Amino acid sequence: MIEAGIFYLFATVLVGAAVGVISSRNPVHAALFLVLAFVTSAVLWILLEAEFLGIVLVLVYVGAVMVLFLFVVMMLNVNIEKMRVGFTRYAPLGIIVALAVAAEIGYVIWTRRGQLPEKQPLPADNYSNTEALGAVLYTDYVYAFELAAIILLVAIVAAIALTMRQRAGVKAQDISAQVATRRQDRVRLVSMDSEPRQ
Amino acid sequence: MIDWLRSLFSFLPPMLAELATIVASIMIVLVPLILCVAYTTYAERRVIGFMQSRLGPNRVGPFGLFQPFADVLKLMIKEIVVPQNANRFLFLVAPLLSLIPAFAAWAVIPLTPEFVLSGIDAGLLYVLALTSFGVYGVILAGWATNSKYAFLGAMRSAAQIVAYEIAMGFALVGVLMAGGSLNLQEIIQAQSGSVLHWFWLPLFPLFLVYFIAGVAETNRAPFDVAEGESEIVAGFHVEYGGMAFALFFLAEYANMILISVLVATLFLGGWLSPFQGIPVLGDTLLGASGFIWLALKSAIFLFCFLWFRATFPRYRYDQIMRLGWKVFIPITIVWLAVEGVLVALDVGPWFN
Amino acid sequence: MNFDLTHVWPEIFVATMACIVLVADLYTSRRDVAYWLSLLTIVGAAALTLALPAGGRELTLTDTYIAEPLTDVLKMVAYGVVALVFLYSRDYLRERDLLKGEYFVLGLFGLLGIMVMISAHHFLTLYLGLELLSLSLYAMVAFDRDSSICAESAMKYFVLGAIASGTLLFGMSLVYGVTGSLAINEVAAGVVAAGSTDIMLLIALAFMLVGVMFKLGAVPFHMWLPDVYHGAPTSTTLYIGTASKIASFALFVRAIGEAFGGLESDWRDMLIVLAVLSLGIGNIVAIAQTNLKRMLAYSTISHVGFILLGFIAADGQGYQAALFYTITYVLMAAGAFGMIILLSRAGFEADELADFKGLNQYSPWFALIMLLLMFSMAGVPPLIGFYAKLAVLAAVVEAGLTWLAIVAVVFSVIGAFYYLRVIKLMYFDAPEGDTRIDAGVGMRVVLSANGLAMLALGIFPGALLALCGTVIPLALR
Repeated sequence: MIEAGIFYLFATVLVGAAVGVISSRNPVHAALFLVLAFVTSAVLWILLEAEFLGIVLVLVYVGAVMVLFLFVVMMLNVNIEKMRVGFTRYAPLGIIVALAVAAEIGYVIWTRRGQLPEKQPLPADNYSNTEALGAVLYTDYVYAFELAAIILLVAIVAAIALTMRQRAGVKAQDISAQVATRRQDRVRLVSMDSEPRQ
Repeated sequence: MIDWLRSLFSFLPPMLAELATIVASIMIVLVPLILCVAYTTYAERRVIGFMQSRLGPNRVGPFGLFQPFADVLKLMIKEIVVPQNANRFLFLVAPLLSLIPAFAAWAVIPLTPEFVLSGIDAGLLYVLALTSFGVYGVILAGWATNSKYAFLGAMRSAAQIVAYEIAMGFALVGVLMAGGSLNLQEIIQAQSGSVLHWFWLPLFPLFLVYFIAGVAETNRAPFDVAEGESEIVAGFHVEYGGMAFALFFLAEYANMILISVLVATLFLGGWLSPFQGIPVLGDTLLGASGFIWLALKSAIFLFCFLWFRATFPRYRYDQIMRLGWKVFIPITIVWLAVEGVLVALDVGPWFN
Repeated sequence: MNFDLTHVWPEIFVATMACIVLVADLYTSRRDVAYWLSLLTIVGAAALTLALPAGGRELTLTDTYIAEPLTDVLKMVAYGVVALVFLYSRDYLRERDLLKGEYFVLGLFGLLGIMVMISAHHFLTLYLGLELLSLSLYAMVAFDRDSSICAESAMKYFVLGAIASGTLLFGMSLVYGVTGSLAINEVAAGVVAAGSTDIMLLIALAFMLVGVMFKLGAVPFHMWLPDVYHGAPTSTTLYIGTASKIASFALFVRAIGEAFGGLESDWRDMLIVLAVLSLGIGNIVAIAQTNLKRMLAYSTISHVGFILLGFIAADGQGYQAALFYTITYVLMAAGAFGMIILLSRAGFEADELADFKGLNQYSPWFALIMLLLMFSMAGVPPLIGFYAKLAVLAAVVEAGLTWLAIVAVVFSVIGAFYYLRVIKLMYFDAPEGDTRIDAGVGMRVVLSANGLAMLALGIFPGALLALCGTVIPLALR
């Protein structure tokens, strides 16, 4: 009963946040609505006792991805009003696509309404979904898992290869040279006789 | 302790009793925490004063002990000025966003062998998620203020947090591998035995990386470029005054204490006694595990925070990035590989 | 659970070596190290593939990986083509100051993606292989970051490729919804069980087909192709035009041919429309091009139409013809783009038709090689391109679609015009401007071999054709 209440509360917030993402005029606000949407969907997952997924969602998306995203959005200071010019021209097409997807979802649920199990049994008390996920990820799907890792590696290589440039004439420090410096390189001890007072 | 609270509230109807128990147990953690924050600020001023051959606050009450309360009172009666072109809502929400995660993370910290607010299985991840969430307060404050200095502070903070969170996460992976669990209570139990069983020994590089990254994550000196009072005035909170400023302050010190407690928990055996396993002391009070050990261990790291501030000059932004990406992340990755070998070979006494 | 890694060694080897090349390149200032290590990787992978026990169909890694004769043949072709790409690219990249280890690393990761797709027996691995290949290609297209046309075409490629991947993925998710599985054999069984009355399955099929056709570049999903071919550095165009077509063939065979074998009659009609459009638009629009890379892009579209004709026949012979055509086309395209690279130098791309004017006067040998390649593409006997077209047409006629074969022949004749125009420019026009060819000996030798192979294979097409016939898996016959 309380759980249902919490669910509907957060589900409403989630839908509201999702609407906010696409309707807000300020890109920073849109990004913040997205953060809210992530957090609320994490809550919904935790309600479903998938606490690992919920926390990882917050950790990865809210904690890292969206921070970077906000960083870029704030830095570029995108003028979204200018980009929105002529945006409504595509609204009819967008609405049609949205309706089509909604109809598909409705169709699937309608044709399979009898086949959906009413309520999944709750897992045993000592069941850890972190462990269960790991057990599948590193056995049945280990090939796909490794491939996904390679894709991420390629993304890093590609991003660095495309953006890193060494310009000539930049007065950047060579840190390793700085660290490797010894006293002899910088200071010369000169032994001199004291000069007589003039 | 929770059972004791439950019996205390047993006169109420069951649902209300449960609620009262939860609220009371949260208060048991939060109120001392806030007091700790207050006295950390006092300690900071005294310690740094001592290091710089000054006296520090010594006028309000005996040895200046009431100074924190005077500060709080001053901040509470000050006006909160919202700049004209600031985004009012975000400007006011930002301090809360940095305070809430700083407090919420305490829910999974085991304070004694029995007492933890919520012993969830994914505790370590929960802590990591919440500490990374705190950056939103800084970013939003900087952005909503609508000021160049504040904005610079926010940008610096965002880049810094993202860079150090990876190193921090990898260090936690090391702890997870050693402890075999994400539950903090189980991680502490996995370290029981003696001082040599604690994870600081097999995970020494990760221990250092985690603590230093923790200092960076809390925006403390020498990583306080987000504030950088000598270059960008006060960075993200340049326009904040009164209670709004006090909340940032509270969050920063709560985070400091949190990081200290976490380092103590993950690498120094949390509430385990350092004299555990020594035959003579094993049965006495010194050998028993308890909150006092956690407090002492945390106090060491908390002192380090203050010590750093008095000792080190501030890092430059590019140096921070270099340290995070090019030094810490490789160190953690290499050490995870080493640890993998240690685990595979069942090297004792930690991995068998 | 089945964790037998025997058949996966080539993939493991390529992935490991790509990482080694990446690190080795970091510690040396000689860019040739990455180049030679990459070639060594391909040779090693080929040796591993050949050394593996050949046999029937074997599933491993919990049925997500498949090894069968078809995968071995496709992988060998992929190795050969990627090796050709690397051989042709080195001088081109060096002249433009683009010779960096990352180019070869990305090329190797792309090869890994192709191998993964070839051996995929699960929609998940199929998709991941596709993404691995695409991601490498996006970066390789944008590799010349100072060129705005490169950036533009990379952007187009990225956005459209992402949409295509999304469409494919959406189709896959619908398939999962209907059949409850992503493993290709289980999906195939589920499709047969559901039959063509399941509307959800038809929608899924349509989405997946759109995604696959996007990657193949069939009309009307071809819009990215000319711009990307034109804008990318020619060495990357070479990669996209050749190696990724093998991957697309594998993608079609696994995602549509095998998984949707039960709905063959449904996708066949869709393919007929796409094939006719591809043949028509590809051949006719190619005539209007003045840029050779764009012309070859449209010619690719028309060749894709021919490959689709093979799929339409959709029996053992049809797949055999499609495979044969794909291999042939890949070799021809490698040679044609190789010619552009051969003639180009620093500051000169040689990608306009006019740049080939009078080639015969200053380099009769390479004019002859280009002649062989163009004739082969046009389908003139006794070159291999002729037999490829013949095999496809025979399969189509066999399947009872004689009208389709006639349409294909008509468009091929129209298409012959623009191939012959290149030959006319080479032999009957006077050269303009600088006529130096400063390619290295290695490049000259390999390119000559590539061109002569058109002739050699054309005289003896039987062995390759027979090989293509024997490796088509039973599931498709």
